[in-house]
Amino acid sequence: MITRRTRRKVTNFVMFTLTGVCTLVAVAVLFFILGYLLWQGGHALNWNFFTKLPVPVGETGGGFANAILGTAKLLLLAAVIGIPIGFLGGVYLAEFGGTTTSFIVRYTTDLLNGVPSIVIGIFAYAVVVVPMGHYSTFAGGIALGVMMIPVTVRSTEEFLRAVPNTLREGALALGATKWKSVATVVVPAALPGITTGILLALARVAGETAPLIFTAFGNAFWSPGWNQPTESLPYMIWKYATGPYEDWHQQAWAAGLVLLSLVLATNIAARFILRRQVGTNRG
Amino acid sequence: MDSPSTVAGRMGARSRARAFRQRLQHGDQIAHLITLIFAATIIVITALLFYELYTSAAPTREKFGWRFLTGTTWDPVALDFGALPFIYGTLVTSALALIIGVPLGVGAAIFLAELAPLRLSAGLAFIIELLAAVPSVIYGLLAIFTLVPFLREYVTPLLGEIAGFIPLFQGVSYGVSLLAGGSILAIMILPFIISISREVLLAVPRDQREASLALGATRWETAWNVVVPYAKAGIIGSIFLALARALGETMAVTMVIGNDPRINLSLFAPGYSIAAVIANEFSEATSGIHISALIELGFVLFCITIVVNAAARLLILTTRRKALGA
Repeated sequence: MITRRTRRKVTNFVMFTLTGVCTLVAVAVLFFILGYLLWQGGHALNWNFFTKLPVPVGETGGGFANAILGTAKLLLLAAVIGIPIGFLGGVYLAEFGGTTTSFIVRYTTDLLNGVPSIVIGIFAYAVVVVPMGHYSTFAGGIALGVMMIPVTVRSTEEFLRAVPNTLREGALALGATKWKSVATVVVPAALPGITTGILLALARVAGETAPLIFTAFGNAFWSPGWNQPTESLPYMIWKYATGPYEDWHQQAWAAGLVLLSLVLATNIAARFILRRQVGTNRG
Repeated sequence: MDSPSTVAGRMGARSRARAFRQRLQHGDQIAHLITLIFAATIIVITALLFYELYTSAAPTREKFGWRFLTGTTWDPVALDFGALPFIYGTLVTSALALIIGVPLGVGAAIFLAELAPLRLSAGLAFIIELLAAVPSVIYGLLAIFTLVPFLREYVTPLLGEIAGFIPLFQGVSYGVSLLAGGSILAIMILPFIISISREVLLAVPRDQREASLALGATRWETAWNVVVPYAKAGIIGSIFLALARALGETMAVTMVIGNDPRINLSLFAPGYSIAAVIANEFSEATSGIHISALIELGFVLFCITIVVNAAARLLILTTRRKALGA
């Protein structure tokens, strides 16, 4: 007969093993994604992808240089819109805000953060594409910029709040005014963290497809200036992966590998910068 | 430092210094004002977003009214629009994602918070957080070429054999299906459930665990009967947050759900979600009422996610308060 004691011990063991399996599954998914992309994308990828335009189906060679440049331009625009608003909004929340206004701003930021990316796309379509009358890099950049704002605000606020109050008090005691202490003492102290937060926000929007579908649209050619539809890596992956041609699938894998490497490298680098930052603060 | 020789000169210097200080204090106000303007921009953008969605969808509301939400036909040619198939698809895939994702996620969180040594737990949590950074189009890409064939070849025949008497598991599957959409969503929401649940579990005070262990409970009994109930609100909050993600998720679902605007009871059959139909039809819509109907769908999605998100934040906040207060 199994005693109550043994049963409890066995339950303990079985349940924790099960939770371990759950963890293993979650971790395995990441390695599966990485491994599969490396395998499929690795042998599809070659130098042409970074230098050439796409070619018609059936022809060999060709690449997605236009998509890479398009993504870079979209990110530049997103940064121009998202960083000032996000950064200064974060400074307001951490350093200047009153209780009520801060609450409202913080609440709105959370709300904006929760808006599905496809809805942000509709918004950019309504405020940019409709008045202009056509798709453009500009519209796509605005959509991505809006998506960057809430992430940047929250990370900026968090890192500013982590700066010890003694630094602020020291600056004020030396006769600095508030804005001077914020600009020359508090912000520089939090700068590595803030920069990392901004990089993570950029990495996040770099992979967004949904807000680009009807703002930046797509383009099989170069897109000069800011006023024309442009190709981008995520949009291209979507188009090529759902297309019927084997050539296209190969290109989608290669583009997926490039995009994922970019995003994961940023995330891992951010992790190490932040860890060092925490280390120096403690030391 | 040169000192002014006369009393008048000294006074002048003092008042000049005061004026200078005041100017600097004006500087404070200017800095306050500038940051406030940028913070207010966020409110303006969000308000504008709501306003644009609401007004752009007005033609649909005027023409269909509440019937829009209950209509089952979606016919862009006949200009007849009913959103129910998409609402159904969104709800079914999200529910499926929770059914698969919640046990896995909460299980993993319990392992990471209660059993794994802190260093290992932090490392694994980081790897799992990286999953949240993978772009959704990449999930879609992998799902098309691995998950969909896998479901078609192995999972659906097996499920059909075991549980074929239930209407949910009947019929032939082509792989692209509600089941595929729900499965990929389950994987995508895992990191959110795990990292937040792990955090709230770690925030449970140590003496709770020690008291339970001292009474002779096993570690699992402690985790399940003491720690998890203590963190319950936070865990439910993480689930709501994951639900909000799942409801609004676009690309991965679009690529595997099959894009069929009909209500099919079987999970093996293709379906359609709100976000997917917007992604697929928006840039090809030609008539004004079609675009407005799609925007109305976006508006519905916006409202649903706001409610779910608000509930999630409230729950997570409650646990943090409780943990801090104890």
